[in-house]
Amino acid sequence: MASILSLRKVCKTYGENTKNPTKVLFDVDLEFEESSFNAIIGQSGSGKSTLLNIVGSLDRPTTGDILFKNESLASLSKNDLAAFRNRSLGFIFQFHYLLPEFTALENVLMPYRISKQPITDEVLERANELLDIVGLGNFKNKLATNLSGGQQQRVAIARSLINNPAIVLADEPTGNLDSDTTEKVYELLREINQKFKTTYIIITHDRTVAEKTDRVIEIKDGRVYLDISK
Amino acid sequence: MKLAFQIAKRFLLASKRQTLVIVLGIAVGVSVQVFIGALISGLQTSLVNTTIGSRSQITISLEDEYISDYQNLVTLIDNSSDNIKVISPTLTSNGSLINGDASESILLRGFDFSTADEIYKFEEKFIPGSEFPNALNEVALGLNLRENLGIDIGDDVEFLSGIYGNQTFKVVGFFDFGVNEINNTWVITGLDTVQNIIDEGNVVSNIEMQLNEVFDAEEVTKLEIENEISDEFKITTWISENESLLSGLQGQSISSLMIQIFVIVSVVLGISSTLAITVLQKSKQLGILKAMGIQDGDASLIFLFEGMLLGVFGAILGILLGVGLLYAFTTFSGTDIPISINAGFLALSAGIAIAASMIAALSPAIKSSKLSVIEVIRNG
Repeated sequence: MASILSLRKVCKTYGENTKNPTKVLFDVDLEFEESSFNAIIGQSGSGKSTLLNIVGSLDRPTTGDILFKNESLASLSKNDLAAFRNRSLGFIFQFHYLLPEFTALENVLMPYRISKQPITDEVLERANELLDIVGLGNFKNKLATNLSGGQQQRVAIARSLINNPAIVLADEPTGNLDSDTTEKVYELLREINQKFKTTYIIITHDRTVAEKTDRVIEIKDGRVYLDISK
Repeated sequence: MKLAFQIAKRFLLASKRQTLVIVLGIAVGVSVQVFIGALISGLQTSLVNTTIGSRSQITISLEDEYISDYQNLVTLIDNSSDNIKVISPTLTSNGSLINGDASESILLRGFDFSTADEIYKFEEKFIPGSEFPNALNEVALGLNLRENLGIDIGDDVEFLSGIYGNQTFKVVGFFDFGVNEINNTWVITGLDTVQNIIDEGNVVSNIEMQLNEVFDAEEVTKLEIENEISDEFKITTWISENESLLSGLQGQSISSLMIQIFVIVSVVLGISSTLAITVLQKSKQLGILKAMGIQDGDASLIFLFEGMLLGVFGAILGILLGVGLLYAFTTFSGTDIPISINAGFLALSAGIAIAASMIAALSPAIKSSKLSVIEVIRNG
């Protein structure tokens, strides 16, 4: 299968210009294939969050390059990167991060509105469909603050898909949820992965979660320690 | 842009109490501005009106000589400036009025009432029963002369002048200028009565005028007139004769301006610090918006719109409050200070408040665009 995202010798050093620079990532080489379902695991402090930030173009590598569909991201400006994130990436975070001032439906539509395109009936229909898929069709007009943790995370999942992104990045997506809800959320992600052919990169410290994915990449001390595909 | 506006609106509505407090803060500032501004400008207008509203604001005369051929001069001057509201020739002489044993020295002023009434507003100042002294040798007198000479409307009174001899006048009215100097000494009559007494033909002593923009008298209108008429004429303006009044007015204007500036500064500081806190409160939301790809410019716009919305509602509420304060002040204070509220001044106050709010929102806006997504996401 074709590669959708490649990391080429990615290094990240924090505090480069200080007396004690901290090197967090060492020459990380990784390839992610289209519509694959990947987990990145590692202890806290291993560098996996840094890796996710770099993959998500929220941070730039100190050296090395990231290629999206064989195009380098290094030359993009801050605003171009923002546009790239909006178009091609979906995010799911541990702390849900919905906008509490908006309803579930408005939150789902937010990435689309950021792209500055007019809201069409088609998009509305798609947003409603996504909310149905995550089982929140009846809650779409509720303010985000009035939803439970599990419901909020499902809204976030629907939101990550509204712009049809090639890749969804999830940082401990079930870190704040109980085990039953965790199970349901993973089933949902899996379903979406199969239905929409979306590539998933999931960061977790939970090995049982990681075992449900197709590929487990373990990061240790800023290096790829294990890379097992099933 | 629309999105940024909507987010700004939702942010403000989500923390209603905080929003209300800022709006109230701006409103109080604006209302103080409206109140002080209207009060001071009302005071100034009233001061200017009582001082120069019923007198000549620019006077033209000849040194030790009467002005003959004055009709042409009046036309010439009238055409020299757009600022001249009314222009009127007068002829002034002096002498004494005698009734029995009583005698008062007076100023005999001959007017063309068709224009002079616009300057002096005699009609408003006449006591009931008075008439304009339109016929030859009819006069109207300052109110104090009625008592001092013991005469009344319909009586005859003797005018005595060392140079021009005697003349009998018929009293047709009394006027009250509210100024003792005038009420004690002025005797008004038609131009022809005075011309008849001094016997110099069709002459006047002064040409008087009032202006639309009184503060332009010295630096605009006087120069315009000077360009048109001969150098031998002497031009005096109310400004050159009232320097202390002017510096008083100026002092008032400056202190009012200072108050208004300080009010704006405190409004700006208030909004700025509250919005800076809002940026912190909303950093989670900004982080997620940025992760989803909102451009830095749009993120900043959110806070500019917040500033603008706060400014608009603060200004509206402030104007209502200010007008209410003025109403309460005029109704309950018992003073008769004329308050002048004009739409332009209200619009200016509102405009300043909105601009100040947006300026205050600038630094939070810049701060928000510099916010790092990673920091926010990491720290939950």
